[in-house]
Amino acid sequence: MTQADDEQGRDVLVLGADLAGRGPADLLIRDGSFADPADARPDADRVDAAGLVALPGLVDLHTHLREPGREDAETVETGTRAAARGGYTAVLAMANTNPVTDTAEAAEHLLGVASRVGSAQVVPVGAVSKGLEGEELAELGLMARSAARTRVFSDDGHCVADARLMRRALEYVRAFDGVVAQHAQDPRLAGRDACCAEGELSGRLGLPGWPAVAEAGIVARDVQLAELTRSRLHVCHVSTAETVDVLRWAKQRGVEVTAEVTPHHLLLTVDELTGYDPTFKVNPPLRSGEDVAALRDALSDGTIDAVGTDHAPHARHDKEHAFVDAAFGMLGLETALAVVVETMVRPGALGWGDVATRMSSVPAHIARLPGQGRPLRVGEPANLVLVDPERRSVVDRDASLSLSRNNPWHGRDLPDPMVATWWGGRRTFTRS
Amino acid sequence: MRHLLSAADLDAAEVGEILDLAEEMALVQSRPVKKLPALRGRTVVNLFFEDSTRTRSSFELAGKWLSADVINISAKGSSVSKGESLRDTVLTVASMGVDAMVVRHMASGAPLQTARWFAELGLGVHVVNAGDGTHEHPTQALLDAFTLRRHFRAQDPDRPDALAGRRIAVVGDITHSRVARSNVELLTTLGAQVVLVAPPTLLPSGVGTWPVEVRHDLDAVLGEVDAVMMLRVQRERMSGGYFPTPREYTVGYGLTRARLGLLRPGAPICHPGPMNRGLEISGDAADSAGSLILDQVAAGVAVRMSVLYQLLGGQDDADGTTGALR
Repeated sequence: MTQADDEQGRDVLVLGADLAGRGPADLLIRDGSFADPADARPDADRVDAAGLVALPGLVDLHTHLREPGREDAETVETGTRAAARGGYTAVLAMANTNPVTDTAEAAEHLLGVASRVGSAQVVPVGAVSKGLEGEELAELGLMARSAARTRVFSDDGHCVADARLMRRALEYVRAFDGVVAQHAQDPRLAGRDACCAEGELSGRLGLPGWPAVAEAGIVARDVQLAELTRSRLHVCHVSTAETVDVLRWAKQRGVEVTAEVTPHHLLLTVDELTGYDPTFKVNPPLRSGEDVAALRDALSDGTIDAVGTDHAPHARHDKEHAFVDAAFGMLGLETALAVVVETMVRPGALGWGDVATRMSSVPAHIARLPGQGRPLRVGEPANLVLVDPERRSVVDRDASLSLSRNNPWHGRDLPDPMVATWWGGRRTFTRS
Repeated sequence: MRHLLSAADLDAAEVGEILDLAEEMALVQSRPVKKLPALRGRTVVNLFFEDSTRTRSSFELAGKWLSADVINISAKGSSVSKGESLRDTVLTVASMGVDAMVVRHMASGAPLQTARWFAELGLGVHVVNAGDGTHEHPTQALLDAFTLRRHFRAQDPDRPDALAGRRIAVVGDITHSRVARSNVELLTTLGAQVVLVAPPTLLPSGVGTWPVEVRHDLDAVLGEVDAVMMLRVQRERMSGGYFPTPREYTVGYGLTRARLGLLRPGAPICHPGPMNRGLEISGDAADSAGSLILDQVAAGVAVRMSVLYQLLGGQDDADGTTGALR
């Protein structure tokens, strides 16, 4: 197990960390919450955090845990250990498991597994449609009323392409303050084969193109449906500059829309596909340098609200097919903060307070998670991550806590900021 | 030459060597006894994930006439549906101890991935791309260049650089054509100017960045070019909404009998086959005096003999740096 148990009942005093960019202060962790450091007992476990930054535990809106169904690729146990290593104290587990999380029973089952083996809070995302088939609504209300208290609904992996079904889903979840998280991909413009950003390279490589309009077109429709229904829309993994423009327009109109960007779309470009390496096959696909720049700007100015990893583990053999036949997706939980530091913090596009917002408090608010994304303040749950802003290392895919190895950052020199993570006062990761 | 994966990997000198050696091989082809001992003891596997009678037989004859042991493996259907990964399939075949693997796959990039996996494991198997998805078909481009070079040299013996400065139209479904991509690369390398002619729905994205001229009006182009290559229209494109009807396609982009009169005198007609007679090419065009279509088929064997020899001939070291080219 983790170091959690031996710390039970003992104070942890974190000394001198910079609290999300607001300057150094001490933190006392006692009984799962933050307490006044002045009250620390003499035998408190002291952590020298001078030079480190303290952030509230990160919240991932977009994780694939693969359990149930593909426990060879990831389990709740391994996925949440990877999450803790990445600084996460909560992950939203997408519904595209086998069976699909489209009932209250399935959501509660996942919750039960997580309560036994989880190293982070697991929040089941409910399917919008039965079996992710895009035909009929799943039992959204029953999932919302279940012990899982589901508030985020998504057919992720598939787009809710049918406009009427999307409209009804948005309308229906309004009753319980839910949100529909859309995987925006017009299946007529970007079908199942589409695997390369449509452009010069898709034409040259002879790979089926995935045009930007297949994303932006659905988002343009959905923000208008959200306006019509006065409901909440969340856009998963925004990948194009065109979608950013639509989001900006919608937000100016006051539409209740939020959006996330993945770490990989903040750094990697379509040029990675030149060697047909399926490690870089992801949906939506890696795009151009201009798109990357637009996404960074949007995350910086808040047009994109949050970072979501789209952590998508795959067994090795599912990535060892020809490019168009290989599985979509890449790992992300352990490296997300590293990539955000590299692409946003170091260039000055985000301060540490903004990182806390984009990766913790805003995602927690979108998902309506009461105990997550809270300020580092006395009385709040002790969800904490300590980061070293200066440390770097070369990513080694074999060092991952995930069961899978589809790591696009392997061999790349990146920040390596993770020092330690506490979830509800329990230490879930310590750098060795 | 370690592998032949893309026409873009060859410079003009390398292409010249392959084509010159193919001329020698073509002499063998016309003998009553066609066997050369050059690759005796070498093993070539034709690993075809997609049916192709003509390319497979062409490689098979090429290997056999060079005395290599040739076996054909048909692995039709994607490896996904069979439950075996592509990596496992190619490593299994390679582990039998083959010297060269000729790979045809319906997915773009599969031969490149294969070569990378071999390199990662230090396997010395040479990989030849025999057509990958909608990406490349380098031996087709080589045989097309061979055929055209011969034709132009016969017409004009004083121009040894037979292809440099020629304008060559490639007509049809460019988007889904590996033949077109390899030909654009190879003909450009040899100094020819390629003119792509297609409806906009059948032009790949980013074609504006290719070193080619793009046109939509076949009638206007035919009189301006030194040769015309017609591409096959695949059946599935007809229902894919790329053009309204086969009839309309033929009117716009087919090499009809009427269009034959627009060609420059003596301008040759090529087609990689198999032909849809009456759709992209009329019987009159296919069988006309200017048609090089059967010459292309013959050239295919000679060019593939040359390629196999370049990869395997005279090579007795493991690092693959010998052979006629490098």
